[in-house]
Amino acid sequence: MTAPALPAFRRTPLRRLAGVDRLAVAGAVLLALIVLAALLAPWIAPYPEDGGSATHPLEALLPPSGAHWFGTDQVGRDVLSRVLFGARTSLLIAVAVLAVSGVAGVLLGVVAGYAGGWVRDVIMRVTDIFLAFPALLLSLALAVVLQPSVTTVIVAIAVTWWPWYARLTASVAASVSTRGFVDSARCLGVPAPLIVLRHVLPNSLTPVLVQLSLDGGGVILTAAALSYLGLGAHEPTPEWGLMVQQGQSLFTTDWWVVTFPGLAILLTAFAFNVLGEGLRARLSR
Amino acid sequence: MPKYLIRRLGQAVLVVAGVIVLTFAIMRLVPGDPAVAYAGPKATAAELAEARQRFGLDDPLPVQLWNYVRDLLGGDWGTSLHTRQPVRDDLLQAFPASLELVGAALIIALVVGIPLGIAAARYKGRLPDLTVRLSSMLAVSVPVFWLALALQTVFASGLGWFPVAGEYDASLDQTSPLSLYTNITAVDALIGGNWPILTSTLSHLVLPALVIAAYPAGVVAQMTRAALIEESSRDHARLERALGFGETAVLTRFALRPALNPVLSLIALVFAYSIVNGFLVEAVFNWPGLGRYAADSIRSLDTPAIAGVTLLVAVLYVVANLAVDLVQGLVDPRVRAR
Repeated sequence: MTAPALPAFRRTPLRRLAGVDRLAVAGAVLLALIVLAALLAPWIAPYPEDGGSATHPLEALLPPSGAHWFGTDQVGRDVLSRVLFGARTSLLIAVAVLAVSGVAGVLLGVVAGYAGGWVRDVIMRVTDIFLAFPALLLSLALAVVLQPSVTTVIVAIAVTWWPWYARLTASVAASVSTRGFVDSARCLGVPAPLIVLRHVLPNSLTPVLVQLSLDGGGVILTAAALSYLGLGAHEPTPEWGLMVQQGQSLFTTDWWVVTFPGLAILLTAFAFNVLGEGLRARLSR
Repeated sequence: MPKYLIRRLGQAVLVVAGVIVLTFAIMRLVPGDPAVAYAGPKATAAELAEARQRFGLDDPLPVQLWNYVRDLLGGDWGTSLHTRQPVRDDLLQAFPASLELVGAALIIALVVGIPLGIAAARYKGRLPDLTVRLSSMLAVSVPVFWLALALQTVFASGLGWFPVAGEYDASLDQTSPLSLYTNITAVDALIGGNWPILTSTLSHLVLPALVIAAYPAGVVAQMTRAALIEESSRDHARLERALGFGETAVLTRFALRPALNPVLSLIALVFAYSIVNGFLVEAVFNWPGLGRYAADSIRSLDTPAIAGVTLLVAVLYVVANLAVDLVQGLVDPRVRAR
């Protein structure tokens, strides 16, 4: 179902900018820059030692200046350095959550989609139960049970995240399983596990990969929220949500302590969303 | 339709049962002894034993689960360890406040998101479209707790345009006491004609509701745009164009109504998400809703209260999902066949 071509299609620069590919490219470039900043943090951060537990009481709460572009925090650490190191924490959480929940969800989904019948019913009902908990809620409940840490955040979010991939993969795998090449494999006597892994799985992956890139932003936001509530990373780990929480009482007087970590969360989630939207629009054409 | 109704209801009951078991399992994993939390640190062994007896903590797990389910169905959601009141009463008090906040946010989201979606679809691929798409992506990417802090700092503490926190000016309880009907303050004030409390509540609502509205407004704009573009490429739109209707008329007079169907289902699904997102906003604006209750419960490891909040929101989500499916099954027979 494509839109009818516009009669006089002018290729203005703006129109090209609004084009699908540009969006995906813009998202990818932005994300690549953030990843680069995270990887190079120890070398590009102006005060690498401030990524940890260093304190400089005499330099506490300095406003942004040439020496400290983003100012300094309550204990005198350079906010820019901590924001850069914070990218490592956030991206690590995002990658770990997406990898764990993606693998678990895809495997369950592909089995459900290929097997059909009661196997599919059982897997989908369990999926529904987990879907009934909004991610932040179940993560909250789990984070109370486990000790607050970055690992807790990863586990708590992954537990709430896999059902989406299971459901998506199941529906794609179900339609892939009706295709001719799967029937041929079955006729040749290829064992079911091998059919699932070699034939159904690779052909069901594309929509999930797009969904994964769309979801990176959601994971970053949920992780930051958990740390903001004190259920995730703790001092001296540089984590953006935690930095906002520690600085929130200073917002009226020392705005930079809260503003820059918040902008970092916004920018990273935005990069994931732009990339995902661009990929999705391209696929659905 | 009856067959579809029964099947769908059966699924929902099954999911709620699973949700109860999962909630129970999480609560049994909580570190710390609920009996100690209830009896206090200076309790004697006898008092502890009595508390354990009282909460049935000595029973085998399946028995505890059975008792839990039986109590839930009988309307007993347990007793909160920190407010010492029945959890159900606490929830009945906190939930209307959250409902008020999220309701206001969803209204804002629809009022802002739908026109933006229409504008984007009308000028597809041009500047308004790009602007709407980028800003809606920005809206779904913003960390709510940070936006809440920022708006509070600028517009409440800084400029003084809006109150900093709370649901309404507490001193009004003396001068013009509120009579309760629904426990939703704004609605009660409206029914009772209590203008001072109504205006006070509305001005307290603006900032937190705007923050919560960001996410649903973004998804509503994106969804409206996509549905309109799809709808305006159908045959009926071609006919309308041939009849001489302009592009704007095709979109707003013919394509909009069918396009709003998925948008409204989306709103029902975003509802439960927004309630939880609202937890963070309630914490910043000290709104007396579920979020503040949840935060207090988490701080004091109040298992029955945490279980109550978790269960309530999960059940809300199941009910919202069910409602969407049933309404769609009612209007669209094709849905029932699936």
